[in-house]
Amino acid sequence: MERRRYALDELINKRINEVLKGKQDAFEEIVILFQHRLYHVCYRMLNNKQEAEDIAQEAFVRAYINIHTFDQKRKFSTWIFRIATNLCIDRIRKKKPDYHLDAEVPGTEGLTMYSQIAAAGDLPEEQIEKMEAQERIRYEIGRLPDKYRSVIILRYFEELPLQEIGDILELPLGTVKTRVHRGREALRKQMGTM
Amino acid sequence: MNTCPEKIIDYMHAYLDEDIRPEEERELQEHLANCSECKEIMDGLEESISFLKSATQIKAPAGFVDGVIARLPKEKSQVGAQRFLRRHPLLSAAAMFLLLMSATLFSSYGNDQHFSVSKQPNLVVQGETVLVPAGETIKGDIVVKNGSLRIEGQVEGDVTVIHGSKFMASTAIVTGESEEIDKAFDWLWYKIKNTVKDIFPSSKEDEKQEK
Ligand SMILES: [Zn+2]
Repeated sequence: MERRRYALDELINKRINEVLKGKQDAFEEIVILFQHRLYHVCYRMLNNKQEAEDIAQEAFVRAYINIHTFDQKRKFSTWIFRIATNLCIDRIRKKKPDYHLDAEVPGTEGLTMYSQIAAAGDLPEEQIEKMEAQERIRYEIGRLPDKYRSVIILRYFEELPLQEIGDILELPLGTVKTRVHRGREALRKQMGTM
Repeated sequence: MNTCPEKIIDYMHAYLDEDIRPEEERELQEHLANCSECKEIMDGLEESISFLKSATQIKAPAGFVDGVIARLPKEKSQVGAQRFLRRHPLLSAAAMFLLLMSATLFSSYGNDQHFSVSKQPNLVVQGETVLVPAGETIKGDIVVKNGSLRIEGQVEGDVTVIHGSKFMASTAIVTGESEEIDKAFDWLWYKIKNTVKDIFPSSKEDEKQEK
Protein backbone atom coordinates (compact mmCIF):
# COMPACT_ATOMS: atom_id res chain seq x y z
CA MET A 1 0.00 0.00 0.00
CA GLU A 2 2.71 2.42 1.02
CA ARG A 3 4.78 1.55 -2.03
CA ARG A 4 1.77 1.97 -4.29
CA ARG A 5 1.10 5.39 -2.84
CA TYR A 6 4.69 6.36 -3.37
CA ALA A 7 4.56 5.28 -6.99
CA LEU A 8 1.36 7.26 -7.52
CA ASP A 9 2.86 10.41 -6.02
CA GLU A 10 5.85 9.98 -8.26
CA LEU A 11 3.66 9.63 -11.33
CA ILE A 12 1.68 12.72 -10.37
CA ASN A 13 4.80 14.79 -9.84
CA LYS A 14 6.04 13.69 -13.24
CA ARG A 15 2.82 14.88 -14.83
CA ILE A 16 2.95 18.13 -12.87
CA ASN A 17 6.41 18.83 -14.19
CA GLU A 18 5.12 18.28 -17.70
CA VAL A 19 2.26 20.69 -17.05
CA LEU A 20 4.81 23.21 -15.77
CA LYS A 21 6.65 22.87 -19.08
CA GLY A 22 3.48 23.78 -20.91
CA LYS A 23 2.02 20.37 -21.72
CA GLN A 24 -1.65 20.82 -21.00
CA ASP A 25 -2.33 17.19 -21.95
CA ALA A 26 -0.44 15.98 -18.90
CA PHE A 27 -3.01 17.66 -16.69
CA GLU A 28 -5.79 15.58 -18.19
CA GLU A 29 -4.22 12.48 -16.68
CA ILE A 30 -4.27 14.11 -13.24
CA VAL A 31 -7.96 14.93 -13.69
CA ILE A 32 -8.71 11.35 -14.72
CA LEU A 33 -6.91 10.04 -11.64
CA PHE A 34 -8.75 12.24 -9.14
CA GLN A 35 -12.10 13.00 -10.76
CA HIS A 36 -14.20 10.48 -8.82
CA ARG A 37 -12.75 11.17 -5.39
CA LEU A 38 -13.02 14.91 -5.81
CA TYR A 39 -16.53 14.75 -7.23
CA HIS A 40 -17.64 12.44 -4.43
CA VAL A 41 -16.38 14.76 -1.70
CA CYS A 42 -18.05 17.76 -3.36
CA TYR A 43 -21.26 15.83 -3.81
CA ARG A 44 -21.35 14.88 -0.12
CA MET A 45 -20.53 18.42 0.94
CA LEU A 46 -23.10 20.11 -1.30
CA ASN A 47 -25.70 17.38 -1.63
CA ASN A 48 -26.41 18.44 -5.18
CA LYS A 49 -25.14 16.85 -8.39
CA GLN A 50 -24.96 19.96 -10.58
CA GLU A 51 -23.19 21.97 -7.93
CA ALA A 52 -20.82 19.12 -7.16
CA GLU A 53 -19.83 18.87 -10.81
CA ASP A 54 -19.38 22.61 -11.09
CA ILE A 55 -17.30 22.95 -7.95
CA ALA A 56 -15.18 19.85 -8.55
CA GLN A 57 -14.38 21.06 -12.06
CA GLU A 58 -13.60 24.52 -10.72
CA ALA A 59 -11.22 22.93 -8.20
CA PHE A 60 -9.27 21.27 -11.01
CA VAL A 61 -9.14 24.54 -12.94
CA ARG A 62 -7.78 26.37 -9.88
CA ALA A 63 -5.24 23.61 -9.36
CA TYR A 64 -4.11 23.98 -12.96
CA ILE A 65 -3.77 27.74 -12.71
CA ASN A 66 -1.86 27.52 -9.43
CA ILE A 67 0.10 24.37 -10.17
CA HIS A 68 3.41 26.26 -9.81
CA THR A 69 2.59 26.89 -6.14
CA PHE A 70 2.21 23.19 -5.34
CA ASP A 71 5.06 21.86 -3.20
CA GLN A 72 5.95 18.50 -4.71
CA LYS A 73 7.29 17.23 -1.39
CA ARG A 74 3.69 17.19 -0.19
CA LYS A 75 0.76 15.03 -1.19
CA PHE A 76 -1.08 16.21 -4.24
CA SER A 77 -4.37 14.73 -3.03
CA THR A 78 -4.20 16.83 0.15
CA TRP A 79 -3.63 19.95 -1.92
CA ILE A 80 -6.45 19.37 -4.38
CA PHE A 81 -8.86 18.32 -1.62
CA ARG A 82 -8.05 21.56 0.16
CA ILE A 83 -8.92 23.58 -2.94
CA ALA A 84 -12.16 21.63 -3.38
CA THR A 85 -13.33 21.79 0.25
CA ASN A 86 -12.61 25.52 0.41
CA LEU A 87 -14.73 26.05 -2.70
CA CYS A 88 -17.52 23.91 -1.22
CA ILE A 89 -17.46 25.84 2.06
CA ASP A 90 -17.63 29.13 0.15
CA ARG A 91 -20.55 27.85 -1.89
CA ILE A 92 -22.41 26.71 1.22
CA ARG A 93 -21.88 30.09 2.85
CA LYS A 94 -23.24 31.92 -0.18
CA LYS A 95 -26.32 29.73 -0.23
CA LYS A 96 -27.29 30.59 3.32
CA PRO A 97 -30.27 32.92 3.26
CA ASP A 98 -29.06 35.09 6.11
CA TYR A 99 -25.51 35.12 7.29
CA HIS A 100 -26.49 36.19 10.79
CA LEU A 101 -27.85 32.72 11.21
CA ASP A 102 -24.34 31.49 10.46
CA ALA A 103 -23.04 32.94 13.71
CA GLU A 104 -22.07 30.28 16.19
CA VAL A 105 -24.21 29.74 19.22
CA PRO A 106 -21.94 30.32 22.23
CA GLY A 107 -20.67 27.16 23.84
CA THR A 108 -21.65 24.88 20.97
CA GLU A 109 -18.66 24.49 18.73
CA GLY A 110 -19.88 24.26 15.16
CA LEU A 111 -23.54 24.58 16.01
CA THR A 112 -25.01 27.59 14.32
CA MET A 113 -28.42 29.16 14.58
CA TYR A 114 -28.93 27.99 11.06
CA SER A 115 -28.31 24.35 11.76
CA GLN A 116 -30.47 24.51 14.85
CA ILE A 117 -33.32 26.02 12.90
CA ALA A 118 -32.76 23.48 10.15
CA ALA A 119 -32.82 20.71 12.73
CA ALA A 120 -36.09 22.05 14.08
CA GLY A 121 -37.59 21.83 10.60
CA ASP A 122 -36.61 18.23 10.02
CA LEU A 123 -38.78 15.68 8.32
CA PRO A 124 -41.32 13.70 10.34
CA GLU A 125 -40.11 10.37 11.63
CA GLU A 126 -42.36 8.13 9.58
CA GLN A 127 -41.15 9.81 6.40
CA ILE A 128 -37.51 9.27 7.41
CA GLU A 129 -38.15 5.63 8.13
CA LYS A 130 -39.47 5.10 4.62
CA MET A 131 -36.26 6.42 3.07
CA GLU A 132 -33.96 4.10 1.23
CA ALA A 133 -30.51 3.69 2.77
CA GLN A 134 -28.68 5.84 0.22
CA GLU A 135 -31.26 8.59 0.45
CA ARG A 136 -31.08 8.43 4.21
CA ILE A 137 -27.29 8.80 4.17
CA ARG A 138 -27.66 11.91 2.04
CA TYR A 139 -30.26 13.27 4.40
CA GLU A 140 -28.28 12.63 7.57
CA ILE A 141 -25.07 14.08 6.15
CA GLY A 142 -26.98 17.10 4.96
CA ARG A 143 -28.35 17.61 8.46
CA LEU A 144 -24.89 17.70 10.04
CA PRO A 145 -23.58 21.13 10.99
CA ASP A 146 -21.07 22.29 8.34
CA LYS A 147 -18.02 22.00 10.55
CA TYR A 148 -18.74 18.39 11.40
CA ARG A 149 -19.89 17.52 7.92
CA SER A 150 -16.55 18.16 6.22
CA VAL A 151 -14.52 16.12 8.72
CA ILE A 152 -17.04 13.26 8.72
CA ILE A 153 -17.04 13.12 4.91
CA LEU A 154 -13.26 13.02 4.73
CA ARG A 155 -13.07 10.49 7.55
CA TYR A 156 -15.77 8.05 6.47
CA PHE A 157 -16.19 8.47 2.71
CA GLU A 158 -12.57 9.15 1.87
CA GLU A 159 -11.30 7.14 4.86
CA LEU A 160 -8.48 9.57 5.45
CA PRO A 161 -6.32 9.63 8.58
CA LEU A 162 -7.04 12.46 11.03
CA GLN A 163 -3.70 14.15 10.34
CA GLU A 164 -4.46 14.32 6.64
CA ILE A 165 -7.90 15.77 7.32
CA GLY A 166 -6.17 18.45 9.40
CA ASP A 167 -3.80 19.17 6.51
CA ILE A 168 -6.72 19.51 4.08
CA LEU A 169 -8.89 21.70 6.26
CA GLU A 170 -5.89 23.53 7.73
CA LEU A 171 -6.92 22.66 11.26
CA PRO A 172 -4.82 21.47 14.19
CA LEU A 173 -5.06 17.75 14.91
CA GLY A 174 -6.84 18.38 18.21
CA THR A 175 -9.59 20.35 16.49
CA VAL A 176 -10.06 17.62 13.90
CA LYS A 177 -10.39 15.03 16.68
CA THR A 178 -12.96 17.13 18.51
CA ARG A 179 -14.99 17.67 15.36
CA VAL A 180 -14.93 14.00 14.43
CA HIS A 181 -16.09 13.10 17.94
CA ARG A 182 -18.88 15.66 17.90
CA GLY A 183 -19.83 14.76 14.35
CA ARG A 184 -20.15 11.09 15.30
CA GLU A 185 -22.14 12.06 18.36
CA ALA A 186 -24.46 14.26 16.28
CA LEU A 187 -24.97 11.43 13.79
CA ARG A 188 -25.74 8.96 16.53
CA LYS A 189 -28.37 11.26 17.99
CA GLN A 190 -29.84 12.07 14.59
CA MET A 191 -30.10 8.42 13.76
CA GLY A 192 -31.66 7.40 17.01
CA THR A 193 -34.81 6.72 14.99
CA MET A 194 -33.22 3.94 12.95
CA MET B 1 -25.12 7.69 32.40
CA ASN B 2 -24.68 10.55 34.85
CA THR B 3 -22.86 8.23 37.16
CA CYS B 4 -20.42 7.06 34.48
CA PRO B 5 -17.00 8.66 34.28
CA GLU B 6 -16.79 11.20 31.46
CA LYS B 7 -13.58 9.67 30.19
CA ILE B 8 -15.54 6.59 29.05
CA ILE B 9 -17.07 8.64 26.23
CA ASP B 10 -13.59 9.91 25.34
CA TYR B 11 -12.33 6.33 25.29
CA MET B 12 -15.13 5.38 22.93
CA HIS B 13 -14.01 7.99 20.41
CA ALA B 14 -10.36 7.20 20.95
CA TYR B 15 -11.25 3.57 20.26
CA LEU B 16 -13.11 4.49 17.08
CA ASP B 17 -10.13 6.57 15.95
CA GLU B 18 -7.79 3.66 16.74
CA ASP B 19 -5.98 6.05 19.00
CA ILE B 20 -6.37 4.29 22.35
CA ARG B 21 -3.84 2.84 24.77
CA PRO B 22 -4.24 -0.86 25.71
CA GLU B 23 -5.02 -0.12 29.36
CA GLU B 24 -7.67 2.43 28.33
CA GLU B 25 -9.22 -0.08 25.97
CA ARG B 26 -9.34 -2.69 28.71
CA GLU B 27 -11.05 -0.20 31.02
CA LEU B 28 -13.54 0.69 28.27
CA GLN B 29 -14.42 -2.95 27.53
CA GLU B 30 -14.89 -3.69 31.23
CA HIS B 31 -17.18 -0.72 31.60
CA LEU B 32 -19.23 -1.58 28.52
CA ALA B 33 -19.69 -5.13 29.77
CA ASN B 34 -21.28 -3.77 32.96
CA CYS B 35 -23.10 -0.63 31.80
CA SER B 36 -25.98 -1.04 29.38
CA GLU B 37 -26.37 2.74 28.93
CA CYS B 38 -22.81 3.21 27.70
CA LYS B 39 -23.04 0.02 25.65
CA GLU B 40 -26.02 1.56 23.87
CA ILE B 41 -24.08 4.73 23.08
CA MET B 42 -21.16 2.71 21.79
CA ASP B 43 -23.42 0.59 19.61
CA GLY B 44 -25.13 3.72 18.31
CA LEU B 45 -21.81 5.25 17.31
CA GLU B 46 -20.66 2.07 15.59
CA GLU B 47 -23.97 1.70 13.79
CA SER B 48 -23.81 5.27 12.48
CA ILE B 49 -20.33 4.64 11.16
CA SER B 50 -21.16 1.39 9.43
CA PHE B 51 -24.25 3.07 8.03
CA LEU B 52 -22.07 5.81 6.51
CA LYS B 53 -19.67 3.24 5.19
CA SER B 54 -22.50 1.51 3.38
CA ALA B 55 -22.77 4.58 1.14
CA THR B 56 -22.19 3.78 -2.49
CA GLN B 57 -19.13 5.36 -4.02
CA ILE B 58 -20.49 8.04 -6.29
CA LYS B 59 -18.66 8.58 -9.54
CA ALA B 60 -18.14 11.75 -11.49
CA PRO B 61 -20.59 11.97 -14.41
CA ALA B 62 -19.54 11.13 -17.97
CA GLY B 63 -17.89 14.06 -19.67
CA PHE B 64 -16.47 15.38 -16.42
CA VAL B 65 -12.85 15.33 -17.61
CA ASP B 66 -13.69 17.00 -20.93
CA GLY B 67 -15.59 19.63 -18.99
CA VAL B 68 -12.48 20.42 -16.94
CA ILE B 69 -10.27 20.62 -20.02
CA ALA B 70 -12.76 22.96 -21.71
CA ARG B 71 -12.67 25.23 -18.68
CA LEU B 72 -8.88 25.47 -18.50
CA PRO B 73 -7.58 28.88 -19.49
CA LYS B 74 -5.96 28.96 -22.91
CA GLU B 75 -2.21 29.31 -22.71
CA LYS B 76 -1.15 32.91 -22.35
CA SER B 77 -1.22 33.72 -26.04
CA GLN B 78 2.07 35.50 -26.52
CA VAL B 79 4.27 33.29 -24.44
CA GLY B 80 2.46 30.20 -25.63
CA ALA B 81 2.69 31.11 -29.30
CA GLN B 82 6.34 32.01 -29.11
CA ARG B 83 7.19 28.83 -27.33
CA PHE B 84 5.18 26.85 -29.82
CA LEU B 85 6.78 28.50 -32.84
CA ARG B 86 10.28 28.08 -31.51
CA ARG B 87 9.71 24.43 -30.95
CA HIS B 88 8.16 23.89 -34.34
CA PRO B 89 10.21 25.95 -36.82
CA LEU B 90 8.71 24.22 -39.83
CA LEU B 91 5.18 24.80 -38.63
CA SER B 92 5.98 28.36 -37.76
CA ALA B 93 7.27 28.93 -41.30
CA ALA B 94 4.11 27.37 -42.69
CA ALA B 95 1.97 29.54 -40.44
CA MET B 96 3.93 32.58 -41.49
CA PHE B 97 3.48 31.54 -45.10
CA LEU B 98 -0.28 31.57 -44.69
CA LEU B 99 -0.07 34.86 -42.90
CA LEU B 100 1.93 36.39 -45.70
CA MET B 101 -0.32 35.00 -48.40
CA SER B 102 -2.25 38.13 -47.71
CA ALA B 103 -2.52 40.24 -50.84
CA THR B 104 0.14 42.78 -49.93
CA LEU B 105 2.98 40.39 -50.34
CA PHE B 106 1.99 38.85 -53.63
CA SER B 107 1.27 42.23 -55.08
CA SER B 108 4.55 43.58 -53.81
CA TYR B 109 6.29 40.81 -55.70
CA GLY B 110 4.42 41.54 -58.90
CA ASN B 111 4.44 45.31 -58.80
CA ASP B 112 7.83 46.04 -57.39
CA GLN B 113 9.54 45.97 -60.78
CA HIS B 114 12.09 48.73 -60.44
CA PHE B 115 15.72 48.28 -59.79
CA SER B 116 17.09 48.74 -56.31
CA VAL B 117 20.25 47.92 -54.46
CA SER B 118 21.50 48.19 -50.94
CA LYS B 119 23.77 51.21 -50.60
CA GLN B 120 27.39 50.68 -49.84
CA PRO B 121 29.91 53.40 -50.80
CA ASN B 122 32.29 51.23 -52.81
CA LEU B 123 29.62 49.46 -54.86
CA VAL B 124 29.73 50.49 -58.51
CA VAL B 125 26.31 50.88 -60.11
CA GLN B 126 26.07 51.01 -63.92
CA GLY B 127 22.49 51.19 -65.12
CA GLU B 128 20.86 48.08 -63.65
CA THR B 129 24.11 46.27 -63.06
CA VAL B 130 25.90 46.37 -59.79
CA LEU B 131 29.60 45.67 -59.58
CA VAL B 132 31.73 44.64 -56.66
CA PRO B 133 35.07 45.78 -58.07
CA ALA B 134 38.15 43.54 -57.90
CA GLY B 135 40.30 44.29 -54.89
CA GLU B 136 37.43 46.02 -53.05
CA THR B 137 35.80 44.70 -49.89
CA ILE B 138 32.12 45.48 -49.38
CA LYS B 139 31.05 45.39 -45.77
CA GLY B 140 27.49 44.29 -45.03
CA ASP B 141 24.78 42.40 -46.93
CA ILE B 142 24.09 43.21 -50.56
CA VAL B 143 20.55 43.00 -51.88
CA VAL B 144 19.91 43.62 -55.57
CA LYS B 145 16.36 43.74 -56.87
CA ASN B 146 15.41 43.61 -60.54
CA GLY B 147 19.02 43.95 -61.69
CA SER B 148 22.22 41.97 -62.06
CA LEU B 149 25.15 41.69 -59.75
CA ARG B 150 28.73 41.05 -60.75
CA ILE B 151 31.13 40.15 -58.01
CA GLU B 152 34.86 40.45 -58.67
CA GLY B 153 35.97 41.52 -55.23
CA GLN B 154 35.04 40.48 -51.70
CA VAL B 155 31.72 40.75 -49.83
CA GLU B 156 31.71 40.47 -46.06
CA GLY B 157 28.07 39.55 -45.69
CA ASP B 158 25.16 37.85 -47.48
CA VAL B 159 24.40 38.36 -51.11
CA THR B 160 20.81 38.22 -52.33
CA VAL B 161 19.66 38.82 -55.86
CA ILE B 162 15.93 39.10 -56.34
CA HIS B 163 14.52 38.73 -59.79
CA GLY B 164 17.82 39.27 -61.49
CA SER B 165 21.09 37.56 -62.25
CA LYS B 166 24.37 37.13 -60.50
CA PHE B 167 27.84 36.58 -61.83
CA MET B 168 30.75 35.57 -59.69
CA ALA B 169 34.26 36.07 -61.05
CA SER B 170 37.00 33.63 -60.05
CA THR B 171 38.36 36.25 -57.69
CA ALA B 172 34.99 36.69 -55.92
CA ILE B 173 34.72 35.97 -52.21
CA VAL B 174 31.43 36.05 -50.35
CA THR B 175 31.74 35.40 -46.63
CA GLY B 176 27.99 35.10 -45.99
CA GLU B 177 25.23 33.24 -47.80
CA SER B 178 24.57 33.77 -51.43
CA GLU B 179 21.21 33.26 -53.05
CA GLU B 180 19.15 34.18 -56.04
CA ILE B 181 15.44 34.59 -55.78
CA ASP B 182 13.45 34.25 -58.94
CA LYS B 183 10.10 32.69 -58.32
CA ALA B 184 7.25 33.99 -56.29
CA PHE B 185 7.65 31.17 -53.84
CA ASP B 186 11.33 31.86 -53.28
CA TRP B 187 10.47 35.49 -52.74
CA LEU B 188 7.90 34.55 -50.17
CA TRP B 189 10.30 32.24 -48.48
CA TYR B 190 12.87 34.97 -48.33
CA LYS B 191 10.32 37.35 -46.81
CA ILE B 192 9.20 34.70 -44.37
CA LYS B 193 12.71 33.98 -43.19
CA ASN B 194 13.42 37.63 -42.61
CA THR B 195 10.09 38.17 -40.89
CA VAL B 196 10.75 35.23 -38.62
CA LYS B 197 14.19 36.60 -37.85
CA ASP B 198 12.65 39.96 -37.02
CA ILE B 199 10.03 38.42 -34.79
CA PHE B 200 12.32 36.02 -33.02
CA PRO B 201 15.65 37.76 -32.85
CA SER B 202 16.66 35.66 -29.86
CA SER B 203 16.21 32.41 -31.75
CA LYS B 204 18.68 33.70 -34.32
CA GLU B 205 21.06 34.45 -31.51
CA ASP B 206 20.68 30.93 -30.19
CA GLU B 207 21.73 29.62 -33.58
CA LYS B 208 24.78 31.83 -33.62
CA GLN B 209 25.83 30.59 -30.24
CA GLU B 210 25.51 27.02 -31.39
CA LYS B 211 27.85 27.70 -34.31
ZN1 LIG C 1 -21.65 3.74 31.65
